[in-house]
Amino acid sequence: MTYAKPLPEPDPDSAPFWAGTREHRLMLQKCGGCGRFRFPSQRLCPHCHSPEAEWVQASGNGTVFSWIVVRHPVPREVYGQDVPYVVALIALDEGVRMPSNIVGCAPEDVTPGMAVTVQFDDVTPDVTLPRFKPGRA
Amino acid sequence: MFTLRDRYCIAGIGHTDYTKRSGRTVLDLASEACLKASADAGVPVQDIDGIVSFNFGDSVPGIAVATALGMPHAHYCVDIAGGGNAANLIVMHAIAAIEAGLAKTVLCYRAMNGRSGYRLGGGRELAARGITQYTAPFGWITYPQAMAMWCRRHMIRYGTTAEQLGEVAVTCRANATLNPRAMQREPMTMDDYMASRFIVEPFRLLDICLESDGACAVLVTSADRAKDMAKPPVYVMGAAYGGGPNQGEDLFDAIRWPEHAENYAKYIADDLWGGAGVSPKDVDVAEIYDCFTYSVLMQLEGLGFCKEGEGGSFVQGGRIARDGELPINTHGGLLSEAYIHGFNHVIEAVSQLRGDAGERQVRDAEIALTTAGAMTCGSAMVLRR
Repeated sequence: MTYAKPLPEPDPDSAPFWAGTREHRLMLQKCGGCGRFRFPSQRLCPHCHSPEAEWVQASGNGTVFSWIVVRHPVPREVYGQDVPYVVALIALDEGVRMPSNIVGCAPEDVTPGMAVTVQFDDVTPDVTLPRFKPGRA
Repeated sequence: MFTLRDRYCIAGIGHTDYTKRSGRTVLDLASEACLKASADAGVPVQDIDGIVSFNFGDSVPGIAVATALGMPHAHYCVDIAGGGNAANLIVMHAIAAIEAGLAKTVLCYRAMNGRSGYRLGGGRELAARGITQYTAPFGWITYPQAMAMWCRRHMIRYGTTAEQLGEVAVTCRANATLNPRAMQREPMTMDDYMASRFIVEPFRLLDICLESDGACAVLVTSADRAKDMAKPPVYVMGAAYGGGPNQGEDLFDAIRWPEHAENYAKYIADDLWGGAGVSPKDVDVAEIYDCFTYSVLMQLEGLGFCKEGEGGSFVQGGRIARDGELPINTHGGLLSEAYIHGFNHVIEAVSQLRGDAGERQVRDAEIALTTAGAMTCGSAMVLRR
């Protein structure tokens, strides 16, 4: 069966992130100049403009900053089997926010500030998406 | 800050019918609205030397309208890539161009087949590249889905309720019942609102604006020139455009926005009121960008009509009704009149200030607010008769 949903197209800035998820590791850029994490990844630090950065494995832990419950699938032929599903902005412990899905609990059980931890879903042989479930690792 | 208080005017307005299926080209819609705005001002199109529009890749450029209407002197044509954020910006741009001597009399328009053609609410392409590689793979694709995230954050932070959102929807509909050009004129109760199905929680169907085919246009010129035109001028007292830090890589992206319980409005408020020389309490009628109900609450807070977090209680108890302390969206707004990307708000504000709004006229309306935008950037104007 073909996977009909959008798949990330890695670019020079994001390739290490998606290579990391493929290995079931949540990788974040950490600035070599000021030490701050950033997401989405980019060559220059938005804070100090340093091009020096290392990729560091994140804890995978965070909390729910905000979330939505998609009930009406758009487009229906792609998401009809998935609704209801939860999309959230996750505040990672490293101080950056990341969009993802909340899985492993009913949509109505998601609460503000709820602790979540990453899990890795191999959606195709080449692509792994980081999703989040209740709890901490 | 806007330094041209009362020196520029909206001298003419025009619009097409608002429908679900125009059966016409976007160019034809744009041409009709522009021709009507020119005629309303009593200015032949031959005398117009500029056109400024905005679009989302779904419209026609100003040069096309100038060509279709045979405008020999429309040399200054500019198209701004933007969403609802740009609906007042095009008027501001026209003023800036005239002030700089680049043109003298400028048409501004927004034209779209937003229901029968390119549907903004229907989802972006199912691609995941650039910034969308971090959103689309998780099924976060449509604008209702984008803005539901903001609305939820307001609920988390301030305890905003569905009933408070519903006040905005019900108020807009009540106004639309008095507006012959409104697309949705069936009366709506709070029970109807609460019973409408969830599309993307926290949004119900009735939190979400319409999709429309249509066009709106206005004619902008200097106060001096407007004196000789057919209609009483509506003066631009103040205007502001912008937003906060980390506005994102496109209109959807707000991953790095500081706090989604607040939007662009708080960042432009000082410039808006400072330039206009008035304050929120002076506003007689407010046409507030309502792509979704929540955006009204955040703009009321950000622009200082109430304190942070109090937008929900502010809209309750009839305060925003046509006969209330601050009548909003007297035409029915994007929620019930039509979705011409916020430019229909400008048309309505001018109608109100001219005293031409028929059954929905706010008595003695002298100062109007128009806003445009819901997320990280937006524009607003203060107008007076």
